[in-house]
Amino acid sequence: MSELLKIEELTKRFGGLTAVNSVSFSVAPGEVVGLLGPNGSGKTTVLNMISGHLPATSGRIALGGQTISGLAPNQIVLKGVSRTFQLVRGLPSLTVGENVVAALAFGRRKLWGKAAQAEALQRLDEVGLAHRADQSAQELTYIDQKRMELARALALEPELLLLDEWLAGLNPTEMATGIELIRSIQRRGATILMVEHMMDAIRALCSRCVVMNAGRKIADGPTAATLADREVVTAYLGEAYA
Amino acid sequence: MTRFLPPILFLAAVIGLTCIPLFADSYGVTLGIGMLGYVTLASAWALFSGPTRYVSLATVAFFGIGAYTVAVLSESMPYPLVLVTAGAVGLGVAIVVGLSTLRLAGVYFVIFTFGLAELIRQLVTWYEVNMTGTLGRYIFLPVTPEGIYWQLLALATATFIISWWVGRSRVGMALKVIGDDEVVAAHCGINIARMKLALFAVSSVIITLVGAIQAPRWTYVEPTIAFNPTISFLTLIMALLGGAHRLTGPLLGAVPLFLLFEWLSAHFPNHYSIILGLVFIAIVFVLPRGVLAFVEENWKRWRRREIKKLPAVAE
Repeated sequence: MSELLKIEELTKRFGGLTAVNSVSFSVAPGEVVGLLGPNGSGKTTVLNMISGHLPATSGRIALGGQTISGLAPNQIVLKGVSRTFQLVRGLPSLTVGENVVAALAFGRRKLWGKAAQAEALQRLDEVGLAHRADQSAQELTYIDQKRMELARALALEPELLLLDEWLAGLNPTEMATGIELIRSIQRRGATILMVEHMMDAIRALCSRCVVMNAGRKIADGPTAATLADREVVTAYLGEAYA
Repeated sequence: MTRFLPPILFLAAVIGLTCIPLFADSYGVTLGIGMLGYVTLASAWALFSGPTRYVSLATVAFFGIGAYTVAVLSESMPYPLVLVTAGAVGLGVAIVVGLSTLRLAGVYFVIFTFGLAELIRQLVTWYEVNMTGTLGRYIFLPVTPEGIYWQLLALATATFIISWWVGRSRVGMALKVIGDDEVVAAHCGINIARMKLALFAVSSVIITLVGAIQAPRWTYVEPTIAFNPTISFLTLIMALLGGAHRLTGPLLGAVPLFLLFEWLSAHFPNHYSIILGLVFIAIVFVLPRGVLAFVEENWKRWRRREIKKLPAVAE
């Protein structure tokens, strides 16, 4: 199997609005792919359909040759897809550690009790948050909430990790930390599809980019070449810069 | 050593409560029945509604179903079988209701459950008036008040153990995650619908059994008695007062409120409902998250203030 994720003719309509229009692309194992495009181009909708949060209107999504479109999010997680959310979603009434245990308990390994707690600590350590394991999740700063969400996603042992603007809203120092963190995940062989606006991060992390505009795919290729593409520049900056 | 303390205390409390009817007069036993009934109702309610935050006003629907099953079947079946049947009917209704409503969220669920209780009451009334011709039914069962007390105590104990187990198990974690954020719950691999349905069913069966066990106390039942919506509201406010997402919360809410309402109905029979309403409002305003949470928060704040008074230590 050459590709891990394969998306074919994926379409999503909200009433009369076609948010995603017949988009096809694929992601190979171990690849870090950026999904780019101006606001409202349908990137998050694509991610939502892959994770099962939204049902696709038509088209097919396959993971490792197995169709996952049409499944519920909790089933797709067990197939090996996990994600973070554009607006960070912690579980405020739980501790930071419990946030990760929740994923361990119901994810692919079904860990519980002491084993789950130890594993959760390890996962939090990977994102630099082990010392906050006993704190309430709602007391965390913004970047720490994002870290916790990432630890939770990683605890699900994903074959494919979906990051939805995970680096947005971070200051330059935090950004550098964040990029290094994603790179360390990548080094361990994870496959990542990330929606991102931070061009520096994309250049640093993604070997390949898929660019969308108004629900359509307008470019797909190596990062440098794609970002220089005439249609991509037009979509972002207008005709004058193309 | 401290690990064994809570179970030992629990066991001692159960044994102590078991012995009470041997000493107490009939008023004491009656009081005990009422109290155990509401402790069980509030704990069973909190079992589902506490962590998921799905506020249910269907308590009396299941309570009434239990009472009516006993009223209808008490003469044609042996008593234990009547209780089993009542539980089964409660389970059946809970599954049908759960499957059709647990997709509703927030205020829609509240309204639906309230409507459900009214619907069942009206259906029973309609059936009794048009089919059997008399609105009320008599229950003649050779069950003594002490017998009812002990049955309720057993049910309360079972409910408490179930709540304790759920709180420590993966099921409890799933419910907390669902209560916080259903989208995250689904993306953690939790089957939300199945989890909610299972807990709603367990909670509803317990509530049904409370109704069934208490039914012989009334001798005479009619829909307005068995399906009195005040029971739903009392259960809700007791669980909220103690703190619905804690193991002992419903217990700590149910006991003082039951005693208060008992005292109020004896001393202010004409103004009972007015005072009841004021108490509801006061609890929601003053202790929105329950007594236990209130105490804990203020304890923390007080400790923090103490720490601040200490000379600053370099970090």
